[in-house]
Amino acid sequence: MKRIVASIFALLLTTAAAGAAGIDETINTATAPIAELIGKIVFFKIPLFGAQLPLVVLWLVAGAVFFTIYMRFINIRGFKHAIELVRGDYANPNDAGEVSHFQALATAVSGTVGIGNIGGVAVAVTVGGPGATFWLIMAGFLGMSTKFVECTLGVKYRNENPDGSVSGGPMYYLRKGFSERGMDGFGKFMGIFYAIGIFIGALGIGNMFQSNQAYVQLNHVAGGGLDGLGWLVGLIMAAVVFSVIIGGIKSIARVTEKIVPFMAIFYCVFALIVIFMNAPAIPEAIGNIFSGALTGEGVAGGALGALIIGFQRAVFSNEAGIGSASIAHSAVRTNEPVTEGMVSLLEPFIDTIVICTITALVIGTSAVADPNFAGDARGIAMTSAAFEHQISWFPIPLAIAGVLFAFSTMISWSYYGLKGWTYMFGESTRGQTIYKLIFCAFVALGCVVQLGPILDISDALVFLICVPNILGLYFLAPIVKRELESYLARIASGEIKKYKNA
Amino acid sequence: MTNTYLVAVDGSDGSRRAAKFATERALASNAKLVFAYVIEWSPYSFHTPDELAERHKRREEEIERAQSTVLEPMIKSVKDQGGDVEVVVRHGHPAQTLVELAENHSATQIFIGRKGESRVASLLFGSVAGALVQTSPIPVTVVP
Repeated sequence: MKRIVASIFALLLTTAAAGAAGIDETINTATAPIAELIGKIVFFKIPLFGAQLPLVVLWLVAGAVFFTIYMRFINIRGFKHAIELVRGDYANPNDAGEVSHFQALATAVSGTVGIGNIGGVAVAVTVGGPGATFWLIMAGFLGMSTKFVECTLGVKYRNENPDGSVSGGPMYYLRKGFSERGMDGFGKFMGIFYAIGIFIGALGIGNMFQSNQAYVQLNHVAGGGLDGLGWLVGLIMAAVVFSVIIGGIKSIARVTEKIVPFMAIFYCVFALIVIFMNAPAIPEAIGNIFSGALTGEGVAGGALGALIIGFQRAVFSNEAGIGSASIAHSAVRTNEPVTEGMVSLLEPFIDTIVICTITALVIGTSAVADPNFAGDARGIAMTSAAFEHQISWFPIPLAIAGVLFAFSTMISWSYYGLKGWTYMFGESTRGQTIYKLIFCAFVALGCVVQLGPILDISDALVFLICVPNILGLYFLAPIVKRELESYLARIASGEIKKYKNA
Repeated sequence: MTNTYLVAVDGSDGSRRAAKFATERALASNAKLVFAYVIEWSPYSFHTPDELAERHKRREEEIERAQSTVLEPMIKSVKDQGGDVEVVVRHGHPAQTLVELAENHSATQIFIGRKGESRVASLLFGSVAGALVQTSPIPVTVVP
């Protein structure tokens, strides 16, 4: 523990001595080849009709389509009931004080609504053209079913610790679920596979990508004044994360958790204003989304290329298939795991179908009005430029929102990663501190490295954890289906009653 | 049929006065007492993932604390005087939950202590007693 602190300190000293501008570059050149290698392995591509289809994207799409059909479009037929559950219609007053459906959903949404919704969409549109938006929405829609399955399992197979707290998530349902089906050894293997995946993966999607894009937007607002100072911004962000997850200063996290939902609403309202200010461009922008989806004009790999990019960005944003949300949802105490699954299907809806689509329209309508509105800006800088086009001062609140989104996502993911870590190495405080320190170090690193390699590493790691998770979901889906049918039957027969709004 | 008096308690001096006052009335009129401890809580608040994971544990602790530090001494005092008393601990919006509990127990009257806040404070934050007076379907006695 002391040695780690000392080495971090030594690293800081040497970097400070090496001169500010040089550090960012040094770290960059050192990490780029690593990113490339990991990316190559995970994104093994099969050439298909002129497009390069990464195997893992096919894996996700196939899973989402399968669960949608197998659960007979639970994403549509469960929607209304999900809203009733969140509203508390079925909440037993005697259980008041336990985690409510609303709270579990809000926490999980705070974890998923992040920079991906602002910056990730811009990346999708840049690489995949306007048509990528269509596939992004499609992926959100199908992802609702995957989310339903994984969150139901998360609650069903969670661990209740002797101290009364709960631990859940894919590592637990993989282990117990397979063990129930007589595949004890395989279940253990899968649980460990997933646990390793999530604690390493947390360093990418829930960490470096977030801090990187927050820094980019801050620098953009500062007019480039933070160029070469990524290491400093990174250290400050790492220090704040450190104070929350290691220092135990819960108030910061609590404040962020409270602000983020309002920020999300604020963001959507202003995005809609910008879209309406671009009103004449709306029909063409929407037209581009549909025509681009089918023709894939100007996109490498055509329509299929747009589809791949759309799905990739959607999963990166709503995390369906990754299994992370099921860790947060497991905390709900309910006799009916299916209810939590139903609630969780609102998550990809809010995250992808609502917020990502709005961002895509902001960018799309701006692009119709002025094709060169963003210059060569990418990621969040592009979204920011689209807002700036209509509301000149908006990049500043966007930067604040960006930092907060990034922060709340990092806090959530530090917890997800930690759960993977404790699954592997036990609950010892010392081990947990080691993981948290590693996590903070990566926050700082994220601000220094270029977006390209970070996206490559993050994508690769995230998709890596989809492999064990979705494989497990296929095996365990029949259990979920049985629970679902039984639950719906009891609703229909009136055995499960509403307490409110009946 | 005997009357039931619901008493809102929270460990404050005001609630102790209310409990004492209600106990005297109950003993005099042979009514049953229900001491209700409401822990303020909203199902629509936001939490971090580790707070969610520990929520069940915290809830048990909160209920346990209410029972042992506040309710048990109060019940003992009432029983020593020969009164009939029952307790309930519930999470929720204070005034709303008290009304629900009063209905569940078919109470005929609610007793509640006043915090004695300044006029500005109660204007800004509202008071449970004030809200209860506004919403209760049965008579409310506010004990100063």
